[in-house]
Amino acid sequence: MFKKTILSALLAAGLSTGAYAAGGESHIEDFSFSFEGPFGTFDQHQLQRGLQVYTEVCAACHGLELVAFRNLGDEGGPTLEVDQVKAYAALYEVYDAELDEDRAAKPADKFPGSSYDGAPDLSLMAKARAGFHGPVGLGINQVIQGMGGPEYIASILTGYTGHEKEEAGTTFYENTAFPGGWIAMAPPLEDELVEYQDGHDSDVHHMAQDVSAFLMWTAEPKMMARKETGFLAFVFMVFLASLLYLTNKKLWAPHKHKD
Amino acid sequence: MSGIPHDHYEPKTGFEKWLHERLPIVSLAYDTLMIPTPKNLNWWWIWGIVLVFCLVLQIITGIVLAMHYTPHVDLAFASVEHIMRDVNGGWALRYAHMNGASLFFMAVYIHLFRGLYYGSYKAPREITWIIGMLIYLAMMATGFLGYVLPWGQMSFWGATVITGLFGAIPFIGEPIQTWLLGGPAVDNATLNRFFSLHYLLPFVIVGLVAVHMWAFHTTGNNNPTGVEVRRGSKDEVKKDTLPFWPYFVIKDLFALVVVLAIFVAVIWTMPNYFGHPDNYTIANPLVTPAHIVPEWYYLPFYAILRAFTSDVWAVQFASWITGGIIDAKFFGVLAMFGSILIMALAPWLDTSKTRSGSYRPQFKFWFWLLVIDFMVLMWAGAMPAEPPYSTISLIGATYWFAYFLVILPVLGLIEKPKSPPATIEEDFDAHYKPTSAE
Repeated sequence: MFKKTILSALLAAGLSTGAYAAGGESHIEDFSFSFEGPFGTFDQHQLQRGLQVYTEVCAACHGLELVAFRNLGDEGGPTLEVDQVKAYAALYEVYDAELDEDRAAKPADKFPGSSYDGAPDLSLMAKARAGFHGPVGLGINQVIQGMGGPEYIASILTGYTGHEKEEAGTTFYENTAFPGGWIAMAPPLEDELVEYQDGHDSDVHHMAQDVSAFLMWTAEPKMMARKETGFLAFVFMVFLASLLYLTNKKLWAPHKHKD
Repeated sequence: MSGIPHDHYEPKTGFEKWLHERLPIVSLAYDTLMIPTPKNLNWWWIWGIVLVFCLVLQIITGIVLAMHYTPHVDLAFASVEHIMRDVNGGWALRYAHMNGASLFFMAVYIHLFRGLYYGSYKAPREITWIIGMLIYLAMMATGFLGYVLPWGQMSFWGATVITGLFGAIPFIGEPIQTWLLGGPAVDNATLNRFFSLHYLLPFVIVGLVAVHMWAFHTTGNNNPTGVEVRRGSKDEVKKDTLPFWPYFVIKDLFALVVVLAIFVAVIWTMPNYFGHPDNYTIANPLVTPAHIVPEWYYLPFYAILRAFTSDVWAVQFASWITGGIIDAKFFGVLAMFGSILIMALAPWLDTSKTRSGSYRPQFKFWFWLLVIDFMVLMWAGAMPAEPPYSTISLIGATYWFAYFLVILPVLGLIEKPKSPPATIEEDFDAHYKPTSAE
């Protein structure tokens, strides 16, 4: 911890304050995701598999209240067909204030929130947690590997040791990724729990990664647009800077006695 | 507007004369843009332009963001996510605004330390310096108010901690805190007024920036030698200066675009780098985050605030002499505001006749130690308030005060400075040798 922070003082502007948010030693595994790095993109098929895991497992307790069903059809996401989006939305019941009753959801509706009090909403979970703070606490690594939010989720899902304990009537499960080591969520995944429509392996490891990738998309749905635009803006700035450099050089040359 | 003699705008056509007699606005723009600027300005002088750009960027992105944002505790968090998800280009606006604040502060710190190094605060530029400090204070307030608006966990708890500082003022602290918050705790009334003030203050900054510029256009720019522009005649002025347009506009634009390349690269690759993950969790008054950490740009002063705990002798002495009115908490608040106030007093604390630090061998050492001190305080501010960090903060805070209250006054008396060049022209020609033909 101390070594980690010495260098951060040298580059104080780059403080990764997240490093101090998590209490206790927790182990975050560095999963490799397609969306890492400056040019990383979402894998549409992985997002669709993740959606399936979310739907069949997570949605039992957790919600995604910031995500609309129509988003599932957006470019740069799972990109379901229009009729698939409609059919998917119809799986959910939402409360309609105008009708004052529940009805089948439409694409314009949002996913329901968490149905169980103790279960946090997952819309932004992949950005609300940081798994990586390296190197030496500076957090610059996120250019290459991201902040580790999806890795945090996947590490939780794969981090159960099988031990459990009971405290004040609540069962806690030992988890190597969870701060403090004991989590109230029972292990949600087991091998072959979900049968993927694309025939992909559905062991715990794969399901954990797929659903984490999906949750990264729910947290940052415009990531692909950001990386495309960001890169173009960067190239443009470098080009403009080159032109201005030459202009400046020529402008000053007579006064610097260089003509 | 400038005290340096130079060619002024002459209305030529009939319309120009007609307008000039009624409103000399073209003249104002011309004189502002054509101000004779020391031709030896180095690259540390580009941050003023970056700061103007940041202010404009923050105001424009902010105005558009405000069109889609809802200042209500039940809706604020979701409305920010609405901007990120549903508003066209909303993610770009919001990330630019978020990171724009960091760029703004990074630029202001470099700008400020440049002033400290080259003695830009010294006579006759004291007013420019003090207005600058007011701008900095207004920026701190604006940044803090803005960070509360997304209504995440750090927004809420940051607001709770910072407004708590006012509660530390003896006797009147609690009523002031309640008045600021609009109630006993951070709640909807707080969010509403913070939004209103966050929209107002940038325009106060615009006004202060205009006065800041007016002041240094009156005295003329400082420069790396600290030697004043010769003002005997226009010819002398021309040997020391070049007009701001086009020479410095193009130079500054080039530097600005290089800075912006880095800025867009941050948004492209790590837009949440300067933020805190906890702020993507909606504010919850019942759950306190493990560590409440302010934004990076407050950390040095936050460290000073926390450095003065009740076991520090100065705190105990202050408490004893005031009969307990000044406790550790209030002492910390005084120290924090004091650490900014003494910067404003630098023009009178620095006794050296030599303006630029370049010609002050001993000053250089203490100056760079101050820069390191600032970084160490920034780091310590992010650490938990416990040993060894509290001790490090205390040492850092002590040096901060010692620099302004002891080193600057004493150094001017004991130091033997080197002699700066006689003129700006001489300094410039030493870098860019004139050819024999000239």
